[in-house]
Amino acid sequence: MNLQGRKIQVHDMSLRDGMHPKQHQITVQQMVDIAVAMDEAGIPLIEVTHGDGLGGASVNYGFPAASDQEYLTAVCKAVKKTKVSALLLPGIGTVDHLKMAVDCGISTIRVATHCTEADVSEQHISMASQISGLDTVGFLMMAHMIPAEELVIQLKLMESYGANCVYITDSAGYMLPDDVTERIALARAELKPETELGFHGHHNLGMGIANSLAAVDAGANRIDGSLAGLGAGAGNTPLEVFLAVCDRMGVETGVDLFKAMDVAEDLIVPLMDHMVRVDRDSLTLGWAGVYSSFLLFAKRSAAKHGLSARDILVELGRRRTVGGQEDMIEDLAMDMARERKSA
Amino acid sequence: MSKKIRAAIIGPGNIGTDLLMKAMRSEVIEPVWMVGVDPDSPGLARARDMGVKTTCDGVDGLVPHMREDNIQICFDATSAYVHADNSRKVNAEGAVMVDLTPAAIGPFCVPPVNLQDAVAAKAMNVNMVTCGGQATIPMVAAVSRVQTVTYGEIVATVSSRSVGPGTRKNIDEFTRTTAKGVELIGGAQQGKAIIVINPAEPPLIMRDTIHCLTADEPDQEAITRSVHEMVAEVQKYVPGYTLKNGPTFDGKRVSIYMEVAGLGDFLPRYAGNLDIMTAAGLRTAEMYAEEILAGRFVPAAA
Repeated sequence: MNLQGRKIQVHDMSLRDGMHPKQHQITVQQMVDIAVAMDEAGIPLIEVTHGDGLGGASVNYGFPAASDQEYLTAVCKAVKKTKVSALLLPGIGTVDHLKMAVDCGISTIRVATHCTEADVSEQHISMASQISGLDTVGFLMMAHMIPAEELVIQLKLMESYGANCVYITDSAGYMLPDDVTERIALARAELKPETELGFHGHHNLGMGIANSLAAVDAGANRIDGSLAGLGAGAGNTPLEVFLAVCDRMGVETGVDLFKAMDVAEDLIVPLMDHMVRVDRDSLTLGWAGVYSSFLLFAKRSAAKHGLSARDILVELGRRRTVGGQEDMIEDLAMDMARERKSA
Repeated sequence: MSKKIRAAIIGPGNIGTDLLMKAMRSEVIEPVWMVGVDPDSPGLARARDMGVKTTCDGVDGLVPHMREDNIQICFDATSAYVHADNSRKVNAEGAVMVDLTPAAIGPFCVPPVNLQDAVAAKAMNVNMVTCGGQATIPMVAAVSRVQTVTYGEIVATVSSRSVGPGTRKNIDEFTRTTAKGVELIGGAQQGKAIIVINPAEPPLIMRDTIHCLTADEPDQEAITRSVHEMVAEVQKYVPGYTLKNGPTFDGKRVSIYMEVAGLGDFLPRYAGNLDIMTAAGLRTAEMYAEEILAGRFVPAAA
């Protein structure tokens, strides 16, 4: 693979996807400290929101340590060069949240839907695209669940609503490099040349780096990752590792590698409640194609009902659950516990 | 045959057709008109086959016939954008409007919770909130009638096939209106609504999770009894309204897990979210009809 001279933009997820392994309890001060250090390392764009996006504060997904408004206001004020993005899932957050985030000073809004449901994002993407200077991104989650041809139809819907960039998102960390290549390459061929294309990976099968490289090779110019991999499941593509590989391959990111490594080691790792890594349960997510943020919910329900988290996750995959269905996990665990008892 | 109140359905789509099939079985409602805007609409053709008068000239095609046909109740199964106009026109002819769109210009109505209030207030326009609201607000109310609910949250998961283009274009309206209904009708001090769309095949049956946070320690026995009673009330008009798990208690949190299967009249069984709307709309109209038949209410133009 020859990527010599390619320029890409990396986008750090630690302060949004990383909220999942922290059960949304990262404090405002911790966010500010990390954002400032990332700014100094030259990371161009970082995402700051509840793990499930704007308006995610809920019994279903977890109440965060502070509100989206508090996090965004503090981080946007603290950074100099680094830009800040927010995530919005229609059905959870609304355009009111979007306007609030814009008022806080975000430069990028990412509107996320399940890979087959792009048309629920029209309201939010079209509004965002009319806000002057707002980088508007469409984000198709669980993109492994449909073939490339169908995925591209959905990406084009988001493009037609006004997204200047669209993402293929491997929320379950299920994809293999060939899956990424096929999807990104077809999208690149079918989308307008000026529409940017991104890839968001999860490391559940240990494929974060390989998949991200495949994405760049096939035409993506934005890559998501998180320092020390702080993200749902086995984490996102570990960003400092990806940056080192990019450096070796001659891909330009504009990020200071050693400083990024230091942020990962000195600020992010000490923050972790548990080591975010490929283990039995996070590996199951990737193998079974399950939404990565289900991990801790499945572990909790398993412990409560004397079940195995792996059994719960495999069943959630079999039922083709999608992102946002966290409430299914406890419901399913209660059913499974009852069946065990009567068996 | 006992006397029935004559009704018109505006909007011959999936919802309107399902409503027509249910209304045909009613003991107090007689569907007389189906109103559309497209002469080639398959919904109008179906309605004609079922022996109902039709017009393809919209509400304006219905209005001249309302007095002579004694239409006293109309259902609007079109869209929020045209509802206010429709409602004004039929109200002027002295008919009550049951609004199945998200327009919500009249008071919210969730039959087992506040239908009697709406009828007692003699409202000429009542709104059916949202599908998620119909499925979940009775459960919030079942908890809040026992003790103070500071926060009520509902998660509605519906099959992709059961979510129409109107809802998709304005999904915020669903989350906002449902949250407002959780507060105003459910009785929660603060409401939150989440909708998740799942494209799995075969389509999944509508699922709803209801979380309530109570001000004081929940009275488990009283809440459990209240929830079961409320489930039985909803089952009177939606037999597939099923308590799957719960209520479960964790500190001050009460969680209820529901599944809502439809009757499968015109809409498929999995689309319990749509069925509960048409069933609730009909139930509302029947209550009005009983009041009219008993001489306690005479709908009239304002």
